[in-house]
Amino acid sequence: MAKRSYTKTPMREQSPEIRNQNFDEVALGYSLEEGQLEASRCLQCKNAPCITNCPVMIDIPGFIKAIEEGDMPLAYEILSRYTNLPAICGRVCPQEKQCEMVCRLGRSKKFEPVAIGKLERLVADWALEQPIDYKEVTGDKGRVAVIGSGPSGLTAAGDLVKLGYDVTVYEALHAPGGVLTYGIPEFRLPKRIVKKEIDRIVAQGVKIETNVVVGKTITMDEIITDFDACYLSVGAGAPRFQGIKGTSLNGVYSSSEYLTRVNLMHGYQFPEYDTPVQKSKNVVVIGGGNVAMDAARSAKRLGADKVSIVYRRSLEELPAREEEYHHSVEEGIEYHWLSNPIEYIDDGEGRLKAVKCVQMELGEPDESGRRRPIVIPGSEFIIEADTAIEAIGQGANKVLLDTFPELALNKWGYIDADEETSATSIPGVFAGGDIVTGAATVILAMGAGKIAANEIDQYIQKTRQEQLV
Amino acid sequence: MFKVLERKELAPTEYEILVEAPRIAKKAQPGQFVILRIDEQGERIPLTVVDTDKEAGWVRLIFQVIGKSTAQLATVMAGEALMDIVGPLGKATDIENYGTVLLVGGGVGIAALFPIVKGLKEAGNHVITILGAKNKDLLILQEECAKYSDELILMTDDGSVGQKGLVTQAMEDVFKREEISMAWAIGPSIMMKFCTITAQKYDVSIYVSLNPIMIDGTGMCGGCRVTVADSIKFACVDGPEFLGEEVDWDEFVNRMQQYRPEELTANERYEKQVSSNG
Repeated sequence: MAKRSYTKTPMREQSPEIRNQNFDEVALGYSLEEGQLEASRCLQCKNAPCITNCPVMIDIPGFIKAIEEGDMPLAYEILSRYTNLPAICGRVCPQEKQCEMVCRLGRSKKFEPVAIGKLERLVADWALEQPIDYKEVTGDKGRVAVIGSGPSGLTAAGDLVKLGYDVTVYEALHAPGGVLTYGIPEFRLPKRIVKKEIDRIVAQGVKIETNVVVGKTITMDEIITDFDACYLSVGAGAPRFQGIKGTSLNGVYSSSEYLTRVNLMHGYQFPEYDTPVQKSKNVVVIGGGNVAMDAARSAKRLGADKVSIVYRRSLEELPAREEEYHHSVEEGIEYHWLSNPIEYIDDGEGRLKAVKCVQMELGEPDESGRRRPIVIPGSEFIIEADTAIEAIGQGANKVLLDTFPELALNKWGYIDADEETSATSIPGVFAGGDIVTGAATVILAMGAGKIAANEIDQYIQKTRQEQLV
Repeated sequence: MFKVLERKELAPTEYEILVEAPRIAKKAQPGQFVILRIDEQGERIPLTVVDTDKEAGWVRLIFQVIGKSTAQLATVMAGEALMDIVGPLGKATDIENYGTVLLVGGGVGIAALFPIVKGLKEAGNHVITILGAKNKDLLILQEECAKYSDELILMTDDGSVGQKGLVTQAMEDVFKREEISMAWAIGPSIMMKFCTITAQKYDVSIYVSLNPIMIDGTGMCGGCRVTVADSIKFACVDGPEFLGEEVDWDEFVNRMQQYRPEELTANERYEKQVSSNG
């Protein structure tokens, strides 16, 4: 065997100066040969740590071995045992904080970890090109409703169908996918991939009904009456605003609105598509998470001359994925570290003219262990901007919760559900994903969906047996 | 897909459609709205539910052609279908027996006012309704509002029907002679603003139904945010009805203008397409 390369097999990418003018995917994927080369770097550990650090516990050495041997059907079959959305996870998981973080190869000083995410993507993309040969089956073990078609709901639904249930997913928007569809941009996660992956779940027998707002179009009472159990996976989609002066000026957006216009509504293809999105010259994005990166990089692609990110801590604390941060820098996004906006300035006609910020310094660590930013007195500065996008996090959407007051919530307004079992205060009602944890990652939401599917199965089987006795 | 069962021109540039949507028909209450999308390239636009038939499973929508999407919607004929319709959205009107109530509707806003007129009448209120429009042809739903009103006052800019003048003049007359427990105004934002000022003069609380720019309509984006009693509210989930005296009107009117240039672009492009198609 050839000598193991110290570094990951590189993945071809669109060059920064070209890609920051289009919405096509940045990373182009491995060829089979590149994948086999990368797969050969895997040490095939017994008790592989990468498996336990994956929220859905994929048999990583197993599928990598299949790639190395060129057996793509087997590689896909292994992946499918654990995940319903491999093409998505391979792209958007923060592997550097999960499977790849504990890779034994990467633990030795000289080597980078195996590119597990990129290999997962290779297999999943191969599978999406194969014809779907599933037979749609309607299970007879019971009826389960899944509320919300984001990664958590889709995972639970996919697993429940495999377990023999009749599953209906209710989605409020006109397209399924949740954040995969309205939040994460095309250049990071092409919507045709999301659609294909969801089509495969539907082909297995999951029914998806769009345009249904549970709490409004149908009530929780109806769900509880009509189904043996339900899984609430409605996410944390309600935007927060800092509420500083000028928040309602034209040109000030929540990242949710900006990204929904761009992604779900194809605002970048206006006027081909009807939904407009503002053409900006100078854009300021507030926040340091993946959502801030996505908004900033989208604004650049929409033709803004200058896009800067204002973040109240420093690079070290940045919660965004490293890869996305690097991509953003390559694409010309600028950063104002240790800065926070305190006012949006009016141009006199109700439009944003500039963002007034203050400089911060880091003090003692707070409860989260991160050093708390403190304002430096007299440090105000102005950034000229016609667009400001707040990406400072989301909270629980109250539409369903307000109409279902019996359900216990925690002090942050999220559903109080057992993390081990997904059980809520109401028997038969399970919950998971961001509506329980607050905004987190796609893969954690999927992990929660997996747990919920098993718990729902056990719950229904137990109730059935009790009824027989 | 959601089938359009009937389509009717009510007035020049104003249309009524009945859309098959059994779930929405079953649940919608006065004051609520739907969001629809005509086709795959379409935008999501909010429209008030004017009426429903639970048994037949349709919702009645009325709209005015003001831009690209409404112009296109006007071309959807009975038997054709809309891509998406979702609802009912927003909070329902607080319907109860207040005593004597005053309802003011302007232009296509009369469509949004009608279900509230009907609801309040059925709840036992003494209902006084003022309808206003530019002219006789644009004064829609007169007969239906009359059916559920104890008194109906019509106002037109040109005096072609009813009295010549603004709805606020008619409001003044009513306030001078009647004890009004609660009022509503729905119409163009400038009208609702002046109805609020008029009601305040007589110390009467007035509800208005705000129609800001919306996208999802389910509280997910804050595009429809308005400042009410000094705090940020989302019209799609906290409204669309708010107390007029608590609304920051200047900000609301300003935010409505946000996409004016893009709206013009879309409309011009559509008109060109339509004319080139013959």
